[in-house]
Parts: sequence; structure tokens; C-alpha cells
Amino acid sequence: MLNNVETWANVPMIIAQGGEWYAGIGSPQSTGTKVFSLVGKVNNVGLVEVPMGVSLAHIVENIGGGVPGQEHFKAVQTGGPSGGVIPYTLKDLSVDFDTLTKAGSMMGSGGMIVMDKRDCVVDVARYFLHFLEDESCGKCLPCRLGLKGMLEFLNKFSQGHGSLEDIDELQSLAQAVMDGSLCALGGSAPNPVLTTIKHFRDEYVDHIINHKCPAGVCRDLITYRIDPELCNGCRLCARTCPQNCITGEKKKLHTIDSAACIRCGVCMDVCPVEGAVIVE
Amino acid sequence: MSAREKKEKKPKQAKKAKEPESREGFINFTINGQPVLAREGWTVLETARQYGIHIPTLCFHGALQASGGCRLCVVEARQGAWSRVVVSCLYPVWEGVEILTDSERVKNVRRWVLEMLLADCPASKEIQELAREYGVTTTRFTVENPEEECLRCGLCVQVCEEVVGVKALSFASRGVSKHIATPYMVPNNACVGCGSCVTVCPTGAMGTRLDQVRGDISRRTGHGYAH
Repeated sequence: MLNNVETWANVPMIIAQGGEWYAGIGSPQSTGTKVFSLVGKVNNVGLVEVPMGVSLAHIVENIGGGVPGQEHFKAVQTGGPSGGVIPYTLKDLSVDFDTLTKAGSMMGSGGMIVMDKRDCVVDVARYFLHFLEDESCGKCLPCRLGLKGMLEFLNKFSQGHGSLEDIDELQSLAQAVMDGSLCALGGSAPNPVLTTIKHFRDEYVDHIINHKCPAGVCRDLITYRIDPELCNGCRLCARTCPQNCITGEKKKLHTIDSAACIRCGVCMDVCPVEGAVIVE
Repeated sequence: MSAREKKEKKPKQAKKAKEPESREGFINFTINGQPVLAREGWTVLETARQYGIHIPTLCFHGALQASGGCRLCVVEARQGAWSRVVVSCLYPVWEGVEILTDSERVKNVRRWVLEMLLADCPASKEIQELAREYGVTTTRFTVENPEEECLRCGLCVQVCEEVVGVKALSFASRGVSKHIATPYMVPNNACVGCGSCVTVCPTGAMGTRLDQVRGDISRRTGHGYAH
């Protein structure tokens, strides 16, 4: 029984040109083509169809046109919320069913979210887990309680709390959820957690030990300030700030009152001078 | 030949393969290395209980269809390099499978489920005891309701439907907010007040909830009879 539009779209071509022709495209284990939804920090977003087995770098760099303003991507989340995060170091990974599964991710829904250095992996894992927690039916305990429990760990990390042992404990909980869950939702939900810990453990350590979010995302761990050298005093940030916590006169240096700042990042978005608003 | 002798002889024969006609309908496998015999269609849990091998359960009740919800009865099924964690209350046995009831993977699932249950239904003495049995005495997870006893295993809902046949109880909502409720959230006259739900409840949570379920009992039993 087929109900997937993408699968249906392949049928007429296979009928017209034959199964052998179709099987000739792609890699030996995963034949044919695959449509990906290429989104995130990439110049050309949209749906792309590629033969199975092309490299991840080819999709992001050549088809997607690379990451805006940066040399290369930081990671790519494939397969939707319960897929895994593949770091830049694995950019030459062949994109097919087996290789993605081996890398701890999956083909899944064919989603590809490109992340750059302004994306925090702890936050990404938290975001996907929150989505999956909502999706859980609640029948089996490892999924119903486990996703909530993993989220508690991640929330703690994103606030700079926890210990190094907690990272291992989270990994162990993720494994328990994966092993113990009844269906594939719980069985694959720990993927974002496990792959981010595997490839970006340093970033988790930064949150917990140094109380820093290197990507500048986790609000409890960051502060915004204005670079005195670069600020041209245009007042754009001061006018846009929803908290009205940026002070400074025209053509003079502006300052952010970090006690009142809610770390929304609007000042950074509107600032016309590259690098004048610093997040750390 | 007694059943016990049969089962002890079996594994040696199993290696030679294709011999035992006399054991037609029996399945040979091992639990924790101990050779066991099961009938076609038995689950791992059924076989283990037959041999007195302890596997903890919360949502299993012999009179009801196994649902595999609590996942405490997980065991590891192995054959050669292949291995998978499965629920023993639902997993049908097959020739040659090696079942481990206390492997590291199994213990890991059980430990976490119990620790999370301690936070989910902190008022349940049964769960506290069970957790202690497996070495879990404290929980790191947030306790939302210190009074909660119900683990939402659904035995009450099942018994009401499968055995009593009145469907006076159901689940409401899903995921983390899933809970036991009555249709339209009001006590209902479908409830015959039989107390089966209280009897099957593994934590006794249903005892305090029965009055929220049943409607006017006197309508079916005659005025003044029920209370």
C-alpha cells in the first residue's frame, strides 16, 4: 500500500523506463533518487532531488550554495525531529539509507536542516525533544516519562546547571528509551540527543562547566553588549529594543542594560554594522 | 519422562537439529542460560513464570490482554550477534532464542523506568517497594503531584471493557497529560460499581477514584441497597 506522494511520483517513470533503469541510479543498497527538503542556514532553500549516495557536502555546498556568510556548515539534521545531527567532519558521508542509519541518523521524512555556528546543539536537541514529547501517545512508560526526563536534563544544561556525569546519565537514559519503547517514535526519539552528545560533547561541557553557550543561543548563559569601536550611534537598536534597555545619543556609543535585557537578539538583527553587537 | 527431564535433555539435541518428533509442538530455548520448553504461542513471560523465573511486571494481569505498556518486564532476546530488547509479556518464544532477564541493557531500561515512576507516582507504596528491590531509592526527576499513585497502565480501563463489558472508564488526553477519566468527565451510570478496576489496579490508585467514576448506583440496585 503506497500513500506517499514522493513514492507515487516515481511510479510513472519506472513504468515508462523500466525498473533496471531506475535501479541503475543511486548506490547499490539504496537505488533511485531521493527528494530532500533543504532548509536552515543555507543559501538555496527548497526541495532538491538527488541520486542516492551523493555526499552531504555536495547537497549543502553545491546544490544549497553553502552557508550564508560562513565558510562551511556546522552540522546537518537529517530525517526530521527524530533524526540525528551529522557534523561537518562527516561531510563526505554518502547520503543513503544504510549510511545515515549507521551515523545515528535516518532518512526519515527527508528533511535536511543545515545549522551554522550560531545554532546551539543543546538547544536543537531540546527543541526536537519538546516536539517529540508532544507527539508521544503516552502508552509506554519509557517514551511518556523518558522524553520528559531527557528534556529535564537538557533544560538543566541550557541553564548551565548539571555535572559531567549528567551527560553520561542522559546518554544512558536515551539508550533506555531507545531500547525500552514500544514503537518507533520512542525508539528513534533519542537520536537528536545521542548524536549531539556524540559529536558535540564539548559544547555540552561548555554549558555545564563554563556556563557558556558557544553559539550564543541559550538565554540563561549569554549576554549582549555593544562594541565601543564599531558602534556608529545610529539608534536603530535602541528604537527596536522591546525592553527599551539600550541607551545612547545619536552618533554616540550605545549601551545595553543587561539586567533589563531579555536576550531576544533583535538589536543584533537590526544593527547595520557587522559585529557591533556582541553576544557572549 | 517428566517435563523437567525433557527440558534438560533438549539443548543437546537441539544442536544436532531435526531430530525430536516426540516433542512436536514444543519450543526449545533458554532463559538466562537455563534450557526451557514452551508450547507454541507462549510468551516469554508465561514460560518464565512456568519455571519460576522472576520477571517484574506492573501492567500485566493474567485475566487481561497484555498491553506491554509499563515495559518493566523487558528482557533481552539474543541469537548469535543479533540482540534486541523486547517485552516478555508480548514476545512469543521461538526455537533457539536466548533470553536474558538481567542483562545490562535490560537493567538499564528497568532502572530508568523505576526512577521516573518514583517521580510520576510518588505516593505509591507498591512502586517504592519495587524500585527498592531493583536498587532505586531516590529520583532526580521533578515530582509534579506528590499525591499521585496512578501510573496510567490502563488495567482498569481494560478490565472494564474486556471483562465487565461496560466501558465506564477510559483514557483522556495523551502523552504526558494522559490520564484516567470517565466519558464526558462525569460519573456515569454505565458503571455497575463492581470494583474490578480497584482489584486489578497495581498501585491501589483506583481505590480513591472509584467514586469519581460511578453514578447513581441505586438506579440499578434498588434504593438504599448499594450504600
